[in-house]
Amino acid sequence: MKIEYQNLNKLLQKFKTNPYKTFKVTTPHTGYIKEFKVKEGDEVKGPSGKWLEKPGTPLFVLERERNPKIIRAHINGIVQNLRTDLLNKFVEAEEVILEIKHPLSQKEIISEILLSALYIIRAPETARYILSPALSAKLEREGLGRVKVKKGDELLIMTFMKRETPIYFTEEGTFVVYNLYFSPFQVVERDSPLIGLCPEDRLPYLQKIIERIKEEWPNS
Amino acid sequence: MKIEWHRKLKNFLDTAIYIRDIKGEDFLNIGALAEEISKVYDNFYSYKESFIQEFIKNTEAQLNYILEEAERTLTPYEIVKITRHPQRFTLQDILENVYDSYMELGGEEELNIDPAVVCAKAMLIRKVGNDFYFHQVMVIGHEKGHGEEFRQGGSAKPWGNEKALRYMRMAETEGIPIHFFIFTPGAYPIEDYPGAAQQIARNLYYMAKLKVPTVAFISEGGSGGAEAIGLADIRLMAEKGYYSVISPEGAAAIEAKLKEGRPPRELVEKCARSLKLTAQDNLKFGTIDKIIPEPPLGARQKDYEFFKRLKIELIRATDEVVLKTRSIKLLRRYALSKQETEDFKYFVNWELDEDEIEILIENRYKKYRKMTQWAVNQPKGFFKSVFAAGHNLGLKFKNELKYKILKRGHKSFKKFLDELTSESSLLLKPVSDPVKTVYNLIVGKKSPPKIPTTVLTEEETPTYVSPLALEDRTVTCPQAEKYGCPDIWVPDLYGEFCGVCPNCGYHFPLEYKWYLNNIFDKGSVKMFNEEIASGNPLEFEGYAERLKLAREKTGLNSALLSFEAKIGGISLVAVMLIAEFRQGTFGVAEGEKFIRAIELAKITRRPFLALVHTTGGIRIHEGTLGVVQMPRCTMAVRDYVDAGGLYIVVYDNNSYAGPVASFLGSAPYQFALKSTRLGFAGPRVIRETTGQDVPPDYHSAENALKRGHIQGIWDRRELRKKLFTALLTMGGKNLYYR
Repeated sequence: MKIEYQNLNKLLQKFKTNPYKTFKVTTPHTGYIKEFKVKEGDEVKGPSGKWLEKPGTPLFVLERERNPKIIRAHINGIVQNLRTDLLNKFVEAEEVILEIKHPLSQKEIISEILLSALYIIRAPETARYILSPALSAKLEREGLGRVKVKKGDELLIMTFMKRETPIYFTEEGTFVVYNLYFSPFQVVERDSPLIGLCPEDRLPYLQKIIERIKEEWPNS
Repeated sequence: MKIEWHRKLKNFLDTAIYIRDIKGEDFLNIGALAEEISKVYDNFYSYKESFIQEFIKNTEAQLNYILEEAERTLTPYEIVKITRHPQRFTLQDILENVYDSYMELGGEEELNIDPAVVCAKAMLIRKVGNDFYFHQVMVIGHEKGHGEEFRQGGSAKPWGNEKALRYMRMAETEGIPIHFFIFTPGAYPIEDYPGAAQQIARNLYYMAKLKVPTVAFISEGGSGGAEAIGLADIRLMAEKGYYSVISPEGAAAIEAKLKEGRPPRELVEKCARSLKLTAQDNLKFGTIDKIIPEPPLGARQKDYEFFKRLKIELIRATDEVVLKTRSIKLLRRYALSKQETEDFKYFVNWELDEDEIEILIENRYKKYRKMTQWAVNQPKGFFKSVFAAGHNLGLKFKNELKYKILKRGHKSFKKFLDELTSESSLLLKPVSDPVKTVYNLIVGKKSPPKIPTTVLTEEETPTYVSPLALEDRTVTCPQAEKYGCPDIWVPDLYGEFCGVCPNCGYHFPLEYKWYLNNIFDKGSVKMFNEEIASGNPLEFEGYAERLKLAREKTGLNSALLSFEAKIGGISLVAVMLIAEFRQGTFGVAEGEKFIRAIELAKITRRPFLALVHTTGGIRIHEGTLGVVQMPRCTMAVRDYVDAGGLYIVVYDNNSYAGPVASFLGSAPYQFALKSTRLGFAGPRVIRETTGQDVPPDYHSAENALKRGHIQGIWDRRELRKKLFTALLTMGGKNLYYR
């Protein structure tokens, strides 16, 4: 597997010039825009609370068949491109009403970078996963970013309904275990990332990038 | 001499601080006095003897005067403060000073399944002349502790109440009386298994027929938590105790409609006054039997005189319960010899035999049946009441004859025939067949219980249209974001869909009339006891107007409807708690109606159904008169179920607190409709008591099912069918009686 490091640089450049991600808020269905609850440049909040039980900031009211529906923010950020011209007008479904400029945090950027820079092993099935005993012992001793794996090493054990299947590493070359995306015995959906591995020779480069991100972005 | 003075000063200091805590800094300058005593006490050895002597003399006089004044001006809220003061006597002090020896069961101090509940086997010595007699008793009560945090102020967790129940059973096995001591501000409101409400309901259900004499002593009786160990044959109450439906703070929070934060102090005091929670008020209402006098401002840890008095009263109360099961003559003689001293003139054996146990349970039932009946608002008419009594008697006679005498002979003969034919069918057939034919000819095939076929014949489309459906608009399902439900057109939703979102199954609330018209067979609903009306027995300030408003709004007299009805031909008696009338709260009128309905079900041997449209708990405006509906109704339920009745409860919308923790929660078969929320206390109360947030689905029907509280979750669209099947499966051949 080849990792495109040029792309990585480009991605980094992009984050640097614009450390935001923009989310479009669209209408779920047709209707009339009755009221805007926010102004251009307002800060809005997504759902919060331990169980996300507190709903997000109300954005606008969409009415169809005398049923006023409040559309709420799903993510933190700043309101932009608010279509105030649509007030009291009929809109189609999927019409973009406003955008939420979500400032990316250091953590989010690092995870984005890692997802494109690492060799990711994904879950082949929806099941519970645990690290192989050998790898788990090594990780405990040496920590993430130090343990090396080669082709043929047993990485994980997939367990489902008490039936266990080992997962072996299949790539040529020496890799370093860089990140774990699951906790033992937790049910992992199919195709979700499990382990992030980095080729051994590329490790210093990756670490340098991470250091740079940590320096340049304020920790929030 | 000096040590004596020093000790005296310490006592003065404690008393001064105690008065200050209860009456406040400014009461007759008690704050300043406490500081002054503290100064002298701290620098005791730097003062001259003569000064100290003089100081003690003055202070004693001053303190006595203040104490008297404080006692004279005592307000209900200050009584609440007394019961919660760390210096007040606790169960541990009673065990040490009232009982002659004891051993704690099920844990000690922190090393305890629930440190707020203490169970102990204790010994009481009765002196008669020169003889000593030993009594063994089980002591079960709340332990507040003198300020230890791990006791949770006497709030029993569900497993603490379970422990209490375990030792009640133990006492029953051993045949020794139980003394309950109630020192609780309320139960610890968590739903973890077995669940606060469920455990209290189980305790009440069991206590209703406990086969040993029970005496309860109330110092701080906080609603459901108190009831969990409060259903006793005699209820004593400390003079400076309180017994209430809710803490004054809780009542104030409800009155002020607070979602968060503390209610204002004045409102709390007003609520404490309005709730009528003192011992005198409770005695007047008949919710307790006797007041145990206390020294001014309440007994404290070292008031040995009080403990001596308490011991005598406890023995006397237990004697009374026991003697009531023996003969009235004995009891009268006993009552005449007013025994206020420690010397008893009689020895009463506290063990009961079979017959006496029966009388004991009967007495208990009568006692609770009679309680609060004076507060029932029913238009009086001599003729009518005589007619009703006669009608009931007639019904009883008819059904006894129908089911007991005829049925029994019928049943045993049938059994005999069945055995005869099955065992030697071939041989005896020629003999048994003619007998059978003759028997059938005489008795006839029309045996009394007409248990219907297992197929529910569908009625034609119901003509009832919910007033909610008369709007031309759409609504959004509250779970639309999670499940992507499309908007629902209102006439569809409240018409064809029975208020259920067709996509995710969310249940929208419906008015109570919908149930009456859609569950039961057409025209079969016959209301009774409609004239019994909710009143304002406590004369709670500002409540009468609100009650009037509710009456005008609904055209009903109380929050409970009781009626006879049929489902697919199965005749049953049902009650329904409705949301429209003061949020389905439960008071004296509702309790009386409930008991009369369940008694009718018992007499006519029909299944009993409790539909809970919504219940917000015991109505706080009726104070303890409301609280005692919990034991009252639970006793009626126990009586009915033991007699062979089938009791089914169905919850909808919101069901919380008292009713769920007693007569609803003690039902053997409980079901909930989807989107129901049920439990003991709401999220605000849980947060304020435990300091923890609960997840939004904490009270959901799914979680109640998971905890084993209910037996199943039903869909409202299938309610009629489900009820019919449940009646048949749960009832089987015992549908009408066992």
